[in-house]
Amino acid sequence: MTAFLTGLLRLRRGPWEMLATILIALGVVMLMQPFFLWAYTWSFLVTLTGTVMFIITSHFPE
Amino acid sequence: MPNPIEAAARATPAPIARKVRGLSDRAIAWIFVAPTIFLLLAVNIFPLIWTVRLSFTNYAANRPNREVEWVGLRNYTRILTDEGTWATMQTTAHFLFWTIALQVVLGFTLAWLINRKFKGNDLLTTLIVLPMMLSPAVVGNFWTFLYQPQIGLVNYVVELVTGIPASSFSMLGPGGLAPWSIIIVDTWMWTPFVMLICLAGLRSIPDYIYEAAEVDRASKWRQFWTITVPMVLPFLMLAVLFRGIENFKMFDMVNLLTGGGPGNETLLTSIDLKREAFEKWRTGYSSAYAIILFVTVFGLASIYVKALNKVKER
Repeated sequence: MTAFLTGLLRLRRGPWEMLATILIALGVVMLMQPFFLWAYTWSFLVTLTGTVMFIITSHFPE
Repeated sequence: MPNPIEAAARATPAPIARKVRGLSDRAIAWIFVAPTIFLLLAVNIFPLIWTVRLSFTNYAANRPNREVEWVGLRNYTRILTDEGTWATMQTTAHFLFWTIALQVVLGFTLAWLINRKFKGNDLLTTLIVLPMMLSPAVVGNFWTFLYQPQIGLVNYVVELVTGIPASSFSMLGPGGLAPWSIIIVDTWMWTPFVMLICLAGLRSIPDYIYEAAEVDRASKWRQFWTITVPMVLPFLMLAVLFRGIENFKMFDMVNLLTGGGPGNETLLTSIDLKREAFEKWRTGYSSAYAIILFVTVFGLASIYVKALNKVKER
């Protein structure tokens, strides 16, 4: 966990890509879950944030 | 024998040769690549940008002369607060979950069985992968006949096995069977694909690992859970992501089988999008819908590429 946070602070690709991946997966789950309409409403924003973050962070150093 | 490069240079007409002689290698490379880049921009990038623009308007393609109004984020908020669209997403999720679960279980089992050496192994592999080679349009029509309540083979077999009269139920009609019918067809068609990926994973495991486990007196069950499954898992993840992306976009086969019906029982997002765009002619609204689906698929594809790179590194 500490290594993950250090990686985030030092703008390293691995942890940032991991964060973006989690956001994308969370967005997809929110989009398709049958329980909360509010989660469906915000799903697109979460997926979009994750996707944009993934594109940017894939250019970060290893 | 003359050098082919010299022969090509000699065959180049003099005016062109004079022009090309003054260009650097980099410039010549750009000249060759430029048509492809231009085509890519014209066919992929421009329509995407145009769709983003349309998604903020109330444009209707069947009324091109109507004044186009800028509506801001209204199309997006309507889609993302509409319970009908939410239900469509859930139908898609149901389809995705069951197709992927069945394909993974069946694909892995088939790969595990095929990986053993036995007579007729190659012939059996060829027969198993046949459905994957067919066009989705052919598969759609073919299964429509199989699912016919009066003359279809499926109803006949069900009657033979269970005694339920063939004409008393319809696989594609009302009664709740239609979502399962499309899941069966997709699983029939794409399990071989998952099997092939799993087979590649199984064949990449070196024999000496199993030999070492045998020396350590590990049981077959333990070898399966501690060697086979962990080493095939990245390949399996790849198959899951690939099938997930493909099935999220599923249109042709389901459109031929049920067209989204009966009612909205098999209304997947892509079929709903087609209805909005080309039946209701709400082009601006459907553009926003398409962008939402695009971002989702793009996000999943990013994870897919990352997973693919990890598999390559192994």
